[in-house]
Amino acid sequence: MDSALASEPPPYLPDTVRTSVKILIVGHFAVGKTTYIGTLSEIRPLRTEERMTQAGAAVDDLAGIKDKTTTTVAMDFGRLTLTDDIVLYLFGTPGQERFSRLWDDLARGALGALILVDTARLDRSFAAMDVVEKQGLPYAVAVNHFDGSPSFPEDEVREALDLAPGTPLVTCDARDRRSSTEALISLVDHLLTLDTEQP
Amino acid sequence: MTPRRNERALVRPHVVTGGRARPSRNVFDVVTLVLATGDLPRTGLTPEKVQIVELCLGGALSVAEISGHLGLPVGITRVLLSDLVDSGHLTTRAGAPAAPAPKVRLLQEVLDGLRARL
Ligand SMILES: Nc1nc2c(ncn2[C@@H]2O[C@H](COP(=O)(O)OP(=O)(O)O)[C@@H](O)[C@H]2O)c(=O)[nH]1
Ligand SMILES: [Mg+2]
Repeated sequence: MDSALASEPPPYLPDTVRTSVKILIVGHFAVGKTTYIGTLSEIRPLRTEERMTQAGAAVDDLAGIKDKTTTTVAMDFGRLTLTDDIVLYLFGTPGQERFSRLWDDLARGALGALILVDTARLDRSFAAMDVVEKQGLPYAVAVNHFDGSPSFPEDEVREALDLAPGTPLVTCDARDRRSSTEALISLVDHLLTLDTEQP
Repeated sequence: MTPRRNERALVRPHVVTGGRARPSRNVFDVVTLVLATGDLPRTGLTPEKVQIVELCLGGALSVAEISGHLGLPVGITRVLLSDLVDSGHLTTRAGAPAAPAPKVRLLQEVLDGLRARL
């Protein structure tokens, strides 16, 4: 059922859609990215693969790819048609420095990033936050609440993650549509504030 | 929820793209929307290109969706899409990078669209 060449026709976008935007869903392995995207997407989440050299370059940047050792990086993504005109794509990606070329490509033109974190392993989120910050992408942080994960007071999480005062920190359940939508709303609200404040 | 690796992805990329690894134009973001122009003859196209054109005849899809449906890496898909735009089989409808000026309006519309889903 997950075959890429499924016989059923793909869900095409309405003819009125003229604007496509993207938001990155970033976080370490098993933090809930795939779950989050699956909860919000109107299409069965898809996966694309990019082949990277060990140096982190995408294959389309190479003159020859024949004898380079390549690894495959998978990104899953989902789609939300928001208005007659606008479609939003969510791309789930681990924030890993060694894939920086892939990152440049994904991040270019992105509205912003939602960083998913788990309070049981906050330290594992530092790498993802570094990559997002290096890209200069505005972001919000969502604590994806796992049963059994400790719930810290907000200021302790802020301090541990070294968040700027204006950066939104929300709690969500990646399995829940409303809660996941609210996390995205916090991010976009923040993006709007940033853009309105800028001269 | 774990998409199966499919056979297409196992085709050696440089065979699929005819040895080139770079698209002839650089307009394809992962969210660029692509659709087929109509009924240009597909004779002479490689099987992968025929598949892309047939996929895109039904309506608009993003580069990422085309890549995902065909099981081809994004980089390779871009090369093929680029060729197919050059040959007149495909056209693009929207790209990602929003111009700075209408950005606030765009963000407001995205926000309203999300709120309407609650
Ligand atoms: N309890 C709980 N489990 C979750 C939540 N989100 C994801 N999971 C589970 O955590 C595991 C890893 O999630 P996944 O979405 O695959 O993480 P990814 O590696 O970041 O894509 C899966 O077994 C999910 O079912 C959540 O909000 N609460
Ligand atoms: Mg995943």
